Amino acid sequence: MKTFFIKFLSILALFPLTAFAEWGLNMREGVTQISQRVYDLHMVTLWVVTVIGIVVFGIMFWSIFHHRKSKGVKPAKFSHSTTVEVIWTAIPLAIIIALAVPATKLLIDMEDTSGSQITVKATGYQWKWKYDYIDDDLTIFSVLDTKSTEVSQLNSGLNPMENENYLLDVDEPIVLPTNTKIRILTTAQDVIHAWWVPDLGWKRDAIPGFINDNWAVIDKPGTYRGQCAEICGKGHGYMPIVVKAVPMDEYRIWVAEKKQEAEAKKNTADMVLTMEELMTKGEAVYKAQCLACHQANGEGVPGVFPALAGSAVAIEPDQRLGHIHRIIYGKNLMPAFGEQLSDVDIAAVTTYERNAWGNDTGDIVQAKEVSEARNKK
Amino acid sequence: MSTLAHDHDHAPSGLKRWIYSTNHKDIGTLYLIFALTMFFVGGAMAMIIRAELFQPGLQFVDPQFYNSMVTVHALIMIFGAVMPAGVGLANWMIPLMIGAPDMALPRMNNMSFWILPFGFALLISTLFMEGGGPAGGWTMYPPLVLQTGDAFPFLIFAIHFLGISSIMGAINIIATVFNMRAPGMSLMQMPLFVWTWVITSFLLIASLPVLAGAVTMLLTDKYFGTSFFDAAGGGDPVMFQHIFWFFGHPEVYILALPAFGIISQVIPAFSRKPLFGYASMVYATASIAILSFVVWAHHMFTVGMPLKGELFFMYATMLIAVPTGVKVFNWMATMWRGAMTFETPMLFAIAFVILFTIGGFSGLMLGMAPVDFQYHDTYFVVAHFHYVLLTGAVFALMSAVYYWLPKWTGYMYDEKLGKIHFWLSTISANVLFFPQHFLGLAGMPRRIPDYNIQFADFNMISSIGGFAYGLTQLLFVYIVIKCALGGKKAKDKAWEGARGLEWYVPSPAPHHTFETPPKLTKQMLET
Repeated sequence: MKTFFIKFLSILALFPLTAFAEWGLNMREGVTQISQRVYDLHMVTLWVVTVIGIVVFGIMFWSIFHHRKSKGVKPAKFSHSTTVEVIWTAIPLAIIIALAVPATKLLIDMEDTSGSQITVKATGYQWKWKYDYIDDDLTIFSVLDTKSTEVSQLNSGLNPMENENYLLDVDEPIVLPTNTKIRILTTAQDVIHAWWVPDLGWKRDAIPGFINDNWAVIDKPGTYRGQCAEICGKGHGYMPIVVKAVPMDEYRIWVAEKKQEAEAKKNTADMVLTMEELMTKGEAVYKAQCLACHQANGEGVPGVFPALAGSAVAIEPDQRLGHIHRIIYGKNLMPAFGEQLSDVDIAAVTTYERNAWGNDTGDIVQAKEVSEARNKK
Repeated sequence: MSTLAHDHDHAPSGLKRWIYSTNHKDIGTLYLIFALTMFFVGGAMAMIIRAELFQPGLQFVDPQFYNSMVTVHALIMIFGAVMPAGVGLANWMIPLMIGAPDMALPRMNNMSFWILPFGFALLISTLFMEGGGPAGGWTMYPPLVLQTGDAFPFLIFAIHFLGISSIMGAINIIATVFNMRAPGMSLMQMPLFVWTWVITSFLLIASLPVLAGAVTMLLTDKYFGTSFFDAAGGGDPVMFQHIFWFFGHPEVYILALPAFGIISQVIPAFSRKPLFGYASMVYATASIAILSFVVWAHHMFTVGMPLKGELFFMYATMLIAVPTGVKVFNWMATMWRGAMTFETPMLFAIAFVILFTIGGFSGLMLGMAPVDFQYHDTYFVVAHFHYVLLTGAVFALMSAVYYWLPKWTGYMYDEKLGKIHFWLSTISANVLFFPQHFLGLAGMPRRIPDYNIQFADFNMISSIGGFAYGLTQLLFVYIVIKCALGGKKAKDKAWEGARGLEWYVPSPAPHHTFETPPKLTKQMLET
């Protein structure tokens, strides 16, 4: 028994320490003053409990090694001492008060959202994030990148280890300006989510029907990644957050570009594509938006997510409009995609669903039809 | 009288003995066997979780099933393993410790046990239903939980069953302790284990009806058009969290307080020295119980409470460290200058003190709201509550089983195997849960089936620890069965330093004990 234990300890001791450094053992210091202060308070508390632990367990082990029957010790009879009991009530109380003071100051500062320069609203969906740049009238949807989606399918046979940002990449990262007080509102569309980027030093729940406000001033330009932190169903592990922090002038340029892109997306109703073009585009949209529930093979998950392969809505000619409407407006658990996807995207994915996995209807849906469908509910 | 006398040691035989039993020892045994069974069912689910997390990518289960494993594992371990094990010990030991012939309400005792198998049959059956088992976490937060399929009403009624069973058990314990103590035993002379169970019973009675209310409101929200928790109908999803955790935090102490009681029996026995600070132990337990009702919102610092609310719950939470500290110091002072030996119960008790305290340290860290914004809903929390519940509550239960097995079976268990079980459990549990602190701090959220590759190494280590811990528990079953079948005869007082009335009845304890109240001596009342 003892030799086993010694072997185990020696294995631990021989473990290359450099490897531990890369593994991330500790909280990140982050890139805001608040995250730095959170880290500092975390470290202070960690050291306080570590020292208490060493002292308390040290005394206990001293006792364990010396006060043994096998050493011929005769047990003492005492069972009470008011003095030491007062001491060991008072000391922990003092330590706790000493910790509560900096915690209170930090909490007060974290909750002070006044004086913010821009406001971004993050809305959690099953399973993606929508960001509204309130001051610029700009909306961005941010979904797990297709590469991670494919690798993360059950028994995909693909190796996640090849992608450093596996499950932490999105198709559309959000861009935020550095050295600016940004007010970040969190809310949700369907169930509770939580918006968390560790480098900003906090997370906050996104609750349907309620809006929470938070803030951050990012000191350093860079890309910061986070994840949804509140269980929100099947796709909980698959809705990351990517924030790109850039200087204010670059941020302005990005906003202008995105607004142009959004404008262009609005006017896709007149685009006419060939079958091949629609299928290629449709497959890309399907992988990004639909695959998580309806699966790569269109079979869905029995009892939870309906199949599209062989499903009436994706085959029957008289349900063609219903199919488009289902994508635009959603139904039951299925979210509405009308706001997120352009006419041509919806047309492409409808075409794809009506022709993939042996559905083979030969139907071609063009953007115009989607544009019209939007107007006749 | 003598003509009417019959053999009181006669135990009915066959299946009916167990189904109709009103005997506290038989019902205690049923509870313990049930709890051990559920420990393995919940443990099997934990093995599925750790297998899936062994490496990044999805290898075994789809995310929906993974979520239902996370959910049902928690419900089974809390309501099916740890709580019934505690009630089983209470059933077996409280009458023996206070000199009572049986529990005060023996028929209710039978019913409160036999509800459990039905409750868990309902719960486990949901895994085979269309849409799968409940998958929104054991906390059942709406609106997510309302997306549960056919399993939903089964989940709610299973919770009702488990709640009713626990409330009846609690009433029984209170009635027994307040009415059936041997003449001459005052409340402040009861063994600490009895005290912790009295206080736990009050927690159960006060908190479980709140849970029943909360889940019933979920039921009406889903099927009867109410909007308690739906903002669109004027309700508030966060209100559920407040109600749930008003139950949920006392529940944490429902699991922990009986463990404190066990440790307060075992450490004096193997230190051959009276428990240090008996009165302060009782007061500390009561303080923890009272505080447990005013700290609930520390589970939900991130929902966006007003600043003043966050400050209140932070201060109240940090305050719990004081009475908990008193308990740990008292146990240490009990060991101090004792004449210790280290049989398996003592080993588990010492490991409990150290590892539960580590869980307490991370608890203090989590209680500080501004840093909790980083820790919340990460593996740091998972590590924290497994330190207090597995290496805490479960280790204490293991300690109790080894401590009282000789009294139950009449034989000593195999000490060598017991020690192997202890060392393997302690090492593997730490390999399992310590790295999860690092994972959480590095940014891994909890309740995700797949993760970024930066978390791969620690997850693999954690899984290896998990499999080792799971396998080790099979050894425990072997040890218990071996002990039940035979071995070295146990003395009435199986341990040299054991204190309390239970050691004044024969080993194994006969079917009926204390049919006439014992005449208490000073020695019998030592704590």
